[in-house]
Amino acid sequence: MVKTETYTLNMGPQHPSTHGVLQVVLELDGELVIQAIPHMGYLHRGIEKLAESRTYTQFIPYTDRLDYVSSMGNNWGYCLAVEKLMGITVPERAEYLRIIMTELNRMASHLIFMGSLAIDLGASTGMMFGFRARERILDLFDMTCGARQTYNYIRFGGVSVDIPPQFIPELKRFLADFPAMLAEYHELLTGNEILYHRLKGTGVITAERALEIGLTGPALRASGVDYDIRKIEPYGIYDRFDFEVPLGKVGDCWDRYIGRMEEMKQSASIVAQALEQMPEGEVMTKIPKVIKPPIGDVYHSIENPRGELGFYIVSDGSTKPYRIHVRRPSFINLQVLNETCQGLLIGDVVAVLATLDSLMGEVDC
Amino acid sequence: MSNLDINEVLAALQAHCGESIQLIGEDSQAALLVMPERMLEVLDILKTNELYQFNMLRNLTAVDYLEYMEIVYHLYSLPLRHAITIKVRCTMEDSTVPSVTKIWPSANFQEREIYDLLGVDFTDHPDLRRILMPEEFTEHPLRKAYNFVANTGEKR
Repeated sequence: MVKTETYTLNMGPQHPSTHGVLQVVLELDGELVIQAIPHMGYLHRGIEKLAESRTYTQFIPYTDRLDYVSSMGNNWGYCLAVEKLMGITVPERAEYLRIIMTELNRMASHLIFMGSLAIDLGASTGMMFGFRARERILDLFDMTCGARQTYNYIRFGGVSVDIPPQFIPELKRFLADFPAMLAEYHELLTGNEILYHRLKGTGVITAERALEIGLTGPALRASGVDYDIRKIEPYGIYDRFDFEVPLGKVGDCWDRYIGRMEEMKQSASIVAQALEQMPEGEVMTKIPKVIKPPIGDVYHSIENPRGELGFYIVSDGSTKPYRIHVRRPSFINLQVLNETCQGLLIGDVVAVLATLDSLMGEVDC
Repeated sequence: MSNLDINEVLAALQAHCGESIQLIGEDSQAALLVMPERMLEVLDILKTNELYQFNMLRNLTAVDYLEYMEIVYHLYSLPLRHAITIKVRCTMEDSTVPSVTKIWPSANFQEREIYDLLGVDFTDHPDLRRILMPEEFTEHPLRKAYNFVANTGEKR
């Protein structure tokens, strides 16, 4: 009689498919996962504490460093919260620019998701394809605000600078090319039988459980729950656009993958509509030189590529925030990892991690 | 967002739990302040009662106000599409409140984060460990009394 026992295996913090410095302690029975306990904090910089010694304006660049592949959304979420507290309204053109930038950033973020999912499952060219299209978007950001990743573009009362003249033609070219690019990715990845069998039926999260455990974003919608803040509590001017929220049925890795691919299409459509409607005019309203929100607290959340990104700000009436708390979707989404991985094979942990799409810059804050 | 009159909620809850609930703040900053002893009861009503159905705990955090610690619950009802803010206060010396993980399992990591950074003890939490700071760390850095200098050995 052979005696068997379980063993523990450290996955990360230095592991390419944990997308940063996440450590997952796996308890394994042969190849079967019994427990997958996430350990975070390797990238903890104490951004919430740093905020207390910075002025409100100085904190905007810190938000770039939370979810660093969708920084536009972070800028916007923070600015919206402060604007709500101070009662600032934003010029029309700036509203459109915010939408265009954030939706482009959502596409860039989902392209990284697609590329990293492919490379995690062994298709290394997938990464190149994802980054090829993303590069076009980053060029657009670069020509507008001079940065490719940490933009500091959306400010209180508008955006920092208007788009340059070559922006719109370049964006139109990109939007014209994008459907063909997406079709190519679908052909290469979605039509790939290996990818299909790796993802289909793997890591199922039911709708009830997803809601209970606090999943948000594409991961929640893949389970069939219709919760998209752009639709249910439209912020900015999202109520002016016609777009659909793709929902999954089963809540497996496949649904989480397809949902994000579909979202890119919807984002492209929002950008096209915004381009058509966008008026000329100011991009920044008159705001006080020194930002001093009235005493009080505010919570505002937006739909980021990874889920509900919320900012809770407490103001004591001075120039520095008394307390800022960031509700980070990646952090809360990781709660589901352990129970989803139980009973799967060790190779499937990578698929679950990739489709949850947690980003460590945001998890550790 | 459908309108939920916070005064009606307050009146209905006060009929149940008496004076352990108060209204603080105005307009968009209005919130219900609940005594820690009755909070589980109140939150359970808010989640299960058909009129409220707050099935999502959107955000959970805490703020150090020097005299007391305030734990803030942002609730949202997906079926009825309304939101409410609940606040619970505890003293700095004995910062203990009941865990809400039984009502909303999503509170798990968020309560661990508050425990780690602000030193609030959540009773009946299934796994109350540090989550961001190293295990051997002894202090709670988001508290206002936290001393940078003592920990770095440098002057700022």
